[in-house]
Amino acid sequence: MRARGRNLRLPLRTGAAWAAAFVMFFPILWMMLTSLKTELQAISVPPLVLFEPTLDNFVLVQERSDYLSYAVNSVVTAFGGTAVAILLAIPAAYAMAVHGGRFTKDILLWMLSTKMLPAVGVLMPVYLLAQMAGLLDTRTVLVIIFAMINLPIIVWMLFSYFREVPLAILEAARIDGASVFREIVYVLLPLTWGGIVSTALLSIILCWNEAFWSINLTASDAGTLTALVASYSSPEGLFWAKLSAVSTLSCAPIVVFGWFCQKQLVQGLTFGAVK
Amino acid sequence: MMGGRFANMLQAPSIVMLFLWMVVPLSMTIYFSTIRFNLLYPERTGFIGASNYEFFLTDPAFLPAALNTLLLVGSVLVVTVTLGLALALLVNHRFPGRGIVRVMLISPFFIMPTVNALLWKNMFMNPVYGLFAVVSGAAGLEPVDWLADFPLGSIIVMISWQWTPFAFLIFMTSLQSQGQEQLEAAEIDGASGWQKAIYLTLPHLGRSIAVVIMIQTIFHLSVFAEIFVTTGGGPGFDSTNLAFLIFSQALLQFDAGVASAGGVIAIILANIVAIFLIRLVGKSLMVR
Repeated sequence: MRARGRNLRLPLRTGAAWAAAFVMFFPILWMMLTSLKTELQAISVPPLVLFEPTLDNFVLVQERSDYLSYAVNSVVTAFGGTAVAILLAIPAAYAMAVHGGRFTKDILLWMLSTKMLPAVGVLMPVYLLAQMAGLLDTRTVLVIIFAMINLPIIVWMLFSYFREVPLAILEAARIDGASVFREIVYVLLPLTWGGIVSTALLSIILCWNEAFWSINLTASDAGTLTALVASYSSPEGLFWAKLSAVSTLSCAPIVVFGWFCQKQLVQGLTFGAVK
Repeated sequence: MMGGRFANMLQAPSIVMLFLWMVVPLSMTIYFSTIRFNLLYPERTGFIGASNYEFFLTDPAFLPAALNTLLLVGSVLVVTVTLGLALALLVNHRFPGRGIVRVMLISPFFIMPTVNALLWKNMFMNPVYGLFAVVSGAAGLEPVDWLADFPLGSIIVMISWQWTPFAFLIFMTSLQSQGQEQLEAAEIDGASGWQKAIYLTLPHLGRSIAVVIMIQTIFHLSVFAEIFVTTGGGPGFDSTNLAFLIFSQALLQFDAGVASAGGVIAIILANIVAIFLIRLVGKSLMVR
């Protein structure tokens, strides 16, 4: 009895898993399909599944708003912000994980609490400060802000990786006369490389998809892809195919990036707290 | 020990930078919130005490916005944790194509919020050409104008679609680390599938559920882009949350004073939520 129930249940579960995956992925699939249609095909009722694909929309998008310059801004700010944050976070996480004291836990919680500060609460001052410094609509301001908003999560994640390294190994290096710098660069970093990479990956994805500061602080010069897509928010005649094309172009790099790195990403996302 | 003290100083740059990032704008916000400060009328200045707060708090949009903020966070948490858990349990066995299924299930998490919102708004929720309207029309039902009739619900759907993969990913990882011996022992003792799920699997997932709730709350308290590119907070204030209300005060009505007062209130509310969260979750994060 029981065995037969089992045999039936497995294909059922497999089918359900496939169905769920299809439903979750369908909007992305639909976006990619629509980007290959003409504007008229895009709104046809009933919706077309079979049609002659065209790449015209991608050409139009590039002509209309210079997709590439937005893409370069996204790459520079996402990688730049992440690099700055990681460079700041490595020494901090080392100090906390290896030489941690009474206040380490409080400092970590305080850092996390800065993430609870709603960005909109400080929009006005940050906007005015950026204006005064002449940094409005520059990549520099986004790099600084992206570094700051991700620093708490990065410190926390690196802390949880560094804590896993046996203290004895680091002490041995110190006894052999290694300076703090050498101890970090030649002993700690090679041992925690995987963790640092997954932390950086998560940070890059968060920066790439960041919308609030990019929309509010940039215009045409330093605009990132999130801002470019937001500029397609007001309807203008038939625009779904173009919208799909610009969306596909904006998401494709990070989606593919995410697929390749999903294993590392999982470790990163869980703050090292789930194993 | 000298080395220890120097090493300890290494955390200073991060702390100082974060402190500046937090304190400078925050004190400016508090200062702005007590003065007359409209970008359209720069000549009107001066200290006005709490009137900006009074104006913001008595704004007919304030109460709906505060409620919408909580409703949005709460609903998204319920939907994503439930669905994420269900999906994680569903793929927690070997089957053909598991790798592809997993990649498809996590993909929405990588989609940027502006794309997510515009995709749903146009291709799915449009009352004439959207897929939902087409399907309900084919079934002989009246098409629904989702964003006009259920604006907050529609936004909850969009955000949940994006964040269910996040919950799924973490629960899946956690499930893979669950000890098989324990489950087998329970089975030998005659435990049913449900009993195993409730008494063994759920407690095992406790910590990852805590992580999911904490990270998602941080992000959903200040949802902005999804509202900005779809409903613009409307109709009325039906889909305005606090973040969007402050944004519209600041950049649409140019009233920096009132917007700053709103910012201070949003920060206070977020901290109340944060205190609860850290009580709830912080402990389980710190335990090794």
